[in-house]
Amino acid sequence: MSHILLKGVEKIYPNGYKAIHGIDMEIEEGEFIVLVGPSGCGKSTLLRMVAGLEDITNGEVHIAGRKVNDLEPSQRDIAMVFQNYALYPHMTNYKNMAYGLKNLGTPKDEIDKRVKEVAKLLELEDLLDRRPKELSGGQRQRVAMGRAIVRKPTAFLFDEPLSNLDAKLRVQMRLVIKNLQARLGTTTLYVTHDQVEAMTMADRLIVLKDGIAEQIGTPMELYDKPETKFVGGFIGSPAMNFIDATLSSDFDEIQFQDTKLPLKTKLNSQSSNIIFGFRPEHVTLVDNSAMSLHVELVEHLGAESIIHAKLGETPITLRLNGHIEAKNGDTLNVDIDADRYHFFEKESGLRL
Amino acid sequence: MLVAPQIIITLVFFMWPASQAVYQSLLIEDAFGGNTAFVWFDNFKELFEDDHYIKTVGRTFFYSAMVAMLSLSVSLVLAAMADRVIKGTGIYRTLLIWPYAVAPVVAGALWVFLFYPTTGIVSTFLTSIGYEWNHQLKGDQAMALVVVAAAWKQISYNFLFFLAGMQAIPKSLIEAASIDAASPFKRFWTIIFPLITPTTFFLLVVNIVYAFFETFGIIHVVTKGGPANATEILVYKVYNDGFVGLDLGGSAAQSVILMVLVIGMTIFQFKFIERKVEY
Amino acid sequence: MIENRPVSTFISHAVLLAGVAIVLFPIWITIVAASHDAARLLQVPLPLGLGDQFYENLKEVIGKGVGNTAPLGLMLFNSLVMALMIAIGKIVVSLLSAYAIVYFDFKFRMLFFWMIFITLMLPVEVRILPTYEVVAKLGMLNTYWGLTLPLIASATATFMFRQTFLSVPDELLEAARIDGAGPMQFFFDILIPVSRTSIAAMFVILFIYGWNQYLWPLLITTDKNMVTIVMSIKTMMEALEELPKWHHIMMTALLAMIPPVLVVIGMQKLFVKGLTETEK
Ligand SMILES: Nc1ncnc2c1ncn2[C@@H]1O[C@H](COP(=O)(O)OP(=O)(O)OP(=O)(O)O)[C@@H](O)[C@H]1O
Ligand SMILES: [Mg+2]
Repeated sequence: MSHILLKGVEKIYPNGYKAIHGIDMEIEEGEFIVLVGPSGCGKSTLLRMVAGLEDITNGEVHIAGRKVNDLEPSQRDIAMVFQNYALYPHMTNYKNMAYGLKNLGTPKDEIDKRVKEVAKLLELEDLLDRRPKELSGGQRQRVAMGRAIVRKPTAFLFDEPLSNLDAKLRVQMRLVIKNLQARLGTTTLYVTHDQVEAMTMADRLIVLKDGIAEQIGTPMELYDKPETKFVGGFIGSPAMNFIDATLSSDFDEIQFQDTKLPLKTKLNSQSSNIIFGFRPEHVTLVDNSAMSLHVELVEHLGAESIIHAKLGETPITLRLNGHIEAKNGDTLNVDIDADRYHFFEKESGLRL
Repeated sequence: MLVAPQIIITLVFFMWPASQAVYQSLLIEDAFGGNTAFVWFDNFKELFEDDHYIKTVGRTFFYSAMVAMLSLSVSLVLAAMADRVIKGTGIYRTLLIWPYAVAPVVAGALWVFLFYPTTGIVSTFLTSIGYEWNHQLKGDQAMALVVVAAAWKQISYNFLFFLAGMQAIPKSLIEAASIDAASPFKRFWTIIFPLITPTTFFLLVVNIVYAFFETFGIIHVVTKGGPANATEILVYKVYNDGFVGLDLGGSAAQSVILMVLVIGMTIFQFKFIERKVEY
Repeated sequence: MIENRPVSTFISHAVLLAGVAIVLFPIWITIVAASHDAARLLQVPLPLGLGDQFYENLKEVIGKGVGNTAPLGLMLFNSLVMALMIAIGKIVVSLLSAYAIVYFDFKFRMLFFWMIFITLMLPVEVRILPTYEVVAKLGMLNTYWGLTLPLIASATATFMFRQTFLSVPDELLEAARIDGAGPMQFFFDILIPVSRTSIAAMFVILFIYGWNQYLWPLLITTDKNMVTIVMSIKTMMEALEELPKWHHIMMTALLAMIPPVLVVIGMQKLFVKGLTETEK
């Protein structure tokens, strides 16, 4: 049985704006689900509907077998970590963590035991008597997590919890959260707009765009078989290259600009105008090929090189291992891994 | 209901009196409260035809302008200096904050004592250098005295706001200006002063409202509106006509006019604040 | 800024010191006058330094009053009661309504909001006469309630608290809801403690406002046992016929300003912060 169940969930804000357009999803117990998408796509809205902070306009949300549409946030047995942490500034960290339990009427010594336990888990023991103001960003972040954990909720909800941290700390905390979640086995919904965070942490992820779930799947499913052009472009860094192409009449060859590429299998498409996509890392340099690019800029990252180039007017990015000697104005010939072609319908952006 | 207390108090002590005032302003009542007659706007007409009232209006504006100017300029200078010194800003602030806490009446009493015609420290000094001081007889001196007393009390408030305004200016801006080799004086007029215009403007309105309504105590104790009405301002006249002269209709009409004035000023101020918030 | 110009720094300090001297001069003279006896204060020129009658004057004034006024001890007590009632009353009433306005969506919210807005614009001085009649009708002349209630509902405090509450991040409310806090718990456990700076600042402002009330108490109290210290000054100065008893008046003035001055200076940091940050 699924642990969190979304059935046709919709959100229309009082001003008439439809932020979420019918989302269905089943989440298993213990899964780490990441909600990812560009700014304003409705990630927070969806998460907050699960939390009970926003009314659910249509559809149903079930948590642990209970329909929770009409339950207060505190009755849903969930805990949430906010982007700005929302720690109570006037309480010590200890009290911050204890507040929820206190409101539940938990006995004092039980509260004490649990807070100490969690503090140990998060290495916060020495900081319990301080106030949030007296902590660094990363420490505050841990207190906010501690506050969520002590409650032993059936689900954790995170809304961009790492976006206020610097890059290095973010990578660290990513691990901390992931490990902790695995250890506690608590079902988790995690919002981020950072696709690297999404890919590295998720068991499965939901890509949202304009309130619509573009695709739900494991990170590798999304990477290997993006269902839409949007998902293809959103997942992976640098982003997938897209080229307008024409499909030949017998469906086994595509053509763009001066290049012709034969296909291994026939492509099933209504229209001959399609979009051809390939990832920057799925190319190899060759001496001679059908596709030659004009280099504009090369970024040397040490282990690999990112090459920004142009095919006619279309910008193309390549990601190649090692140090590639090339400079502005050079011409590069490349081959694309034929197993890694992606095709999308031009109008709808759906995968072919 | 959480708002009940405020609603009740507001209704009983604000709405009721205010409507009462409007109603009364349309009546004539004799001093013994026996007969009343409904006279529509006669009370207002009478007021605006009354030379004496018109003069009071003019005097009130003059008085408020003087108080605002004097107090604002002194506190602006002091704040500018306090902003410049590196050490001791806090101490100066502590010392300059005192008058804020002093009641208008008490402030009035202090200044009367200093300027008391026969024995006051300042007045006897002035007399001894040949300037005859007697605010109990000379109207312009009486006006000067209430202006000074009222302005004195307001210095603290203005100083605090000016200083806060100046300290909110990013240091880098001042540093940029000093790299551009502007002298401190020039820096003040070309950078600091323009940047605190919103504060100045806000304070101007606050000071005028203050002079209009909150200096009753000062005038009451220093001059009682005299000599020969030389320091009678609108609020004082409302009180005087109503409680001393017992012209309830006339006094109420004046109240109504004052209310309209205050509402006007407040809306003006809020409009301004809203605009300020936008950027 | 690194600017080492001793001359200009010196000028700044000189101007400031002169300013402070002028501003504090009347207060210094008050202390001086309160420490001399009546006779000395009639000789021109008046003293600029302290005399030795301070305790005599103090004792006399506190115990017996000046002329036929009530003893100052009682007046101080009245003032204190009035100032505290106004300050606390206003804070409680305004906190409640600000809470309602900011966090609850109720039917007449806008109407109510406008009602407060209008009262914001009408200082007591303006509607003094009709208010007097209302209080008289309610039989509250010469009572602490009559003294304070009409002053309690001014909207300034409500507006300030509204500002403060609006600046509290929404996430705090949400976190509290997830933590199972009801509306009242949120109010007491979170909102009030978080707003304590503005509450303290408001307390200072309102205490002074209350303590310094003049016209209203003047009208409403005819019983000399209800008189506040601030009002009494005027009465003393008018104890006509003879010259004013300056040594007692100035002692009274001094006593009248000590409590508010102490409050302002003692809570200066909070007060300045609250004043300049919320009132803008
Ligand atoms: N209270 C509201 N009333 C009306 N529209 C709203 C409201 N809150 C959010 N929206 C709109 O709903 C859409 C989704 O908002 P949401 O906060 O869920 O975005 P998000 O995906 O979390 O974005 P971000 O990454 O920037 O946090 C946005 O277009 C936003 O403008
Ligand atoms: Mg968001």
